Amino acid sequence: MTQPLKQHLIDPEICIRCHTCEDACPIGAITHNDDNVVVDADKCEHCLHCIAPCPTGSIDNWRVVTTAYSVQEQLEWLELPEQQDILATTSDSADTQTENADVIALLAQAQQGAGEMACAPASATRPVQNLFTQSEPLRARVQGNFRLTEQGADSDVRHIILDLSNASFPYLEGQSVGITPPGTNQNGRPHRLRLYTVSSPRTGERPDTNNLSLTVKRENHGLCSNYICDLKRDDMVNLTGPFGSSFLIPNDAQTRLIMVCTGTGSAPFRAFTMQRQREMAAINGSMKLFFGARTPQSLPYFGPLNKVPGAFLDKHFAFSRVENRPKTYVQDRLRADSSSLAKWLIDRKTYIYICGLKAMESGVEAAFFDIMKGADQDWQAVKTEMLKDGRYHVETY
Amino acid sequence: MADLMNVSYDTLIPNNVGLSSDRKVLKALEKWHPGYLDWWQGQGPDGFQESLVYLRTAVSVDPKGWAKFDYVKMPQYRWGVLLAPQVEGRTIPCGEHLGEPAWQEVPGEYRSMLRRLVVIQGDTEPASVEQQRFLGATAPSLYDLRNLFQVNVEEARHLWAMVYILQKYFGKDGREESAELLQRQSGSTEKPRMLGAFNEATPDWLSFFMFTYFTDRDGKMQLEALAQSGFDPLSRTCRFMLTEEAHHMFVGETGVGRTIQRTCEAMNEAGISDPYDIDKIRALGVIDLPTIQKKLNLHYTLSLDLFGAEVSTNAANAFNSGIKGRYQEVKIDDDHRLKDATYPVSEYVDGEILLRDVPALTAINMRLRDDYTKDAAGGVKRWNALFRKYNIEFELILPHEGFHRQIGVFAGAPIAPDGTIISDQAWQKQSEQWLPTKADGDFIQSLMKPEWESGRYAGWIAPPRVGIDNKPGDFEYVQLHMA
Repeated sequence: MTQPLKQHLIDPEICIRCHTCEDACPIGAITHNDDNVVVDADKCEHCLHCIAPCPTGSIDNWRVVTTAYSVQEQLEWLELPEQQDILATTSDSADTQTENADVIALLAQAQQGAGEMACAPASATRPVQNLFTQSEPLRARVQGNFRLTEQGADSDVRHIILDLSNASFPYLEGQSVGITPPGTNQNGRPHRLRLYTVSSPRTGERPDTNNLSLTVKRENHGLCSNYICDLKRDDMVNLTGPFGSSFLIPNDAQTRLIMVCTGTGSAPFRAFTMQRQREMAAINGSMKLFFGARTPQSLPYFGPLNKVPGAFLDKHFAFSRVENRPKTYVQDRLRADSSSLAKWLIDRKTYIYICGLKAMESGVEAAFFDIMKGADQDWQAVKTEMLKDGRYHVETY
Repeated sequence: MADLMNVSYDTLIPNNVGLSSDRKVLKALEKWHPGYLDWWQGQGPDGFQESLVYLRTAVSVDPKGWAKFDYVKMPQYRWGVLLAPQVEGRTIPCGEHLGEPAWQEVPGEYRSMLRRLVVIQGDTEPASVEQQRFLGATAPSLYDLRNLFQVNVEEARHLWAMVYILQKYFGKDGREESAELLQRQSGSTEKPRMLGAFNEATPDWLSFFMFTYFTDRDGKMQLEALAQSGFDPLSRTCRFMLTEEAHHMFVGETGVGRTIQRTCEAMNEAGISDPYDIDKIRALGVIDLPTIQKKLNLHYTLSLDLFGAEVSTNAANAFNSGIKGRYQEVKIDDDHRLKDATYPVSEYVDGEILLRDVPALTAINMRLRDDYTKDAAGGVKRWNALFRKYNIEFELILPHEGFHRQIGVFAGAPIAPDGTIISDQAWQKQSEQWLPTKADGDFIQSLMKPEWESGRYAGWIAPPRVGIDNKPGDFEYVQLHMA
């Protein structure tokens, strides 16, 4: 399979042929005829100089392709082609199919809590999936490996940054990547793949850096987690994915997010928060985070989270092992916020995301049930509506 | 030294021309500023000065980060003076000074010609704001309302751009001209704006879209020609204005396109396939396609008049002196002096239309107008693609250059849209089929009901395919503040 390419395209239905982009392009990669203005994939270096001056928004279109659309082809377009299913057209070997079945099974298991109805928010960006497979993985370089929990804390959680170099790996917040530790098991077969949710926003750790981060907890006897937590700078890792098509955020700025997590379940919410900070920094009061850990020392990202203004992200921490303090769990914090949550839950602009240990699910649901009951509402009905609209998402393990 | 990429906010007037160290000009502009704000309050958008509008403000002339989007009350918009970066070693691209270094100061011999060009360009900018000031009350959506206001604040910034040139380079004359720009008024009987099309009313939103498509496109072509000027500050200011002007073209092209789309959808839903079944189509609450053609005829022909006489010695002088170039002058492959070149120009002699080759130097206006027509045809082609998409047999056509003209060789000639010469009597009789009548206007007016709810659109227009600044469909582009 040839390396897939993220191709920059201009939507001919929206473009008004003002040629502003052509003037902005420093290397002459944009050209036109009487009908269309198009980007030459052989020349474009993705510098993005052309994006901001475009008066129409037609410039900001991308397709992942195995063979680039030629200039001639584009000049004749009346409309943009749909994103082709790269998986279906490029990988049909038996091995890949088994591997896909593995990924599907793992994701289905993780997202069981939302049931079979789980679907993406209507305004979510359409995700690209399965670009890189185990037979042809993406080689990513370790850019950094930082311990997130304090040295004395009872868990070792790592923030791993992987540099994607020049590769196109268009992931979205909430999607996962697959990592298989090197070597074989006792039967001489490769190890099983593990999925990790990306914890950086789509544009990278810093805007427009082509990298991604993972949040990984070292598990006793965990083959893959120990492999990842021991990675050193400049080590190379085989990545597959991106995976996942429903646990995504809406692009609609009017929507509100309730995020509930424990431990490394915070990974997607770090990405959600950063993405919204980049795209909708001016919008306050539209995100709530309920985050449970044993102690502040073992809560990943405790420091950076505290720097996010409360007006932008309404934070509720629950600690279950702080000396001389009663044990508090996320469901307790949910109940404590019930008057505000009751209003949010019945608002059709509200999206719920639950991520972390499977054990938390029932407690969280019970809290939602009580909050709704207190407001004379039926939680089951509310939840069914949310599921139908792609507004209720669960990823637990 | 001033940072020439990023905009400095150390004076009341945002700028990238180092105003804070140019006391004389700063003082002159600050003196002009209150009068400008009075003009905006009195002649700018009526009734929305307190609303928060999601506008883009230019914060840099560097393409990568030039605009910033945020909510702002229009009177607090940061109008400023922004010039595209100076191109090192730029030379005069045309005329008898071809190849000489571009002027950084006004060349004395061309002073009055240059001043007149700047004043005419400057006069159109506030004029369009005045023409559009009552449209807000009938906006078909908050999205459209926002686009109207974006066009308005940017036209007003273009006034600033021209006033800066006047104040900086034309001394006392420049100050007087700057004041006059705020005194003339679109449609006024005593002190009208300088060009005809800018004294016409913009009574409804279809007119607004047609105006931004056809008339602002004349503005674009004029700016393109002035961007080729050998007077470098004028070239630089026009180059940056073009970046903003593109948005206005966008509003026009998509506005007309969305109107057509809604009409086609409504016809399909009602099972009407004949676009000339006007009464039935109007009963659906959408604008019938023949009426859209009439509006096109009107706005296109008014805009053709803006290019002036086909053969013009003024235009020849401006080109020859290097003050104003042709569209994309530097990309044209010729001598850039037009010593012996000819250009075909239409003539109307004894009831006949003839094509005659005239010295290209005198046909500068004609050439720019031809480039304009070609540019305008692009959008018409897109609109026509919509009819095919909805399976409706109809085609919008740009009328013949001789149809309905007030200026140039065809002024007053009885020529049909297809170019046929007819009798004056026949023209009078048939003009109702070609140009919007009062009844057509009344019908369109009857559809002009405001839609203030986020994400909703009046019944005669389709929603846009993408939001401004990638915003979702129900984004609140204007937070209304009703006095």
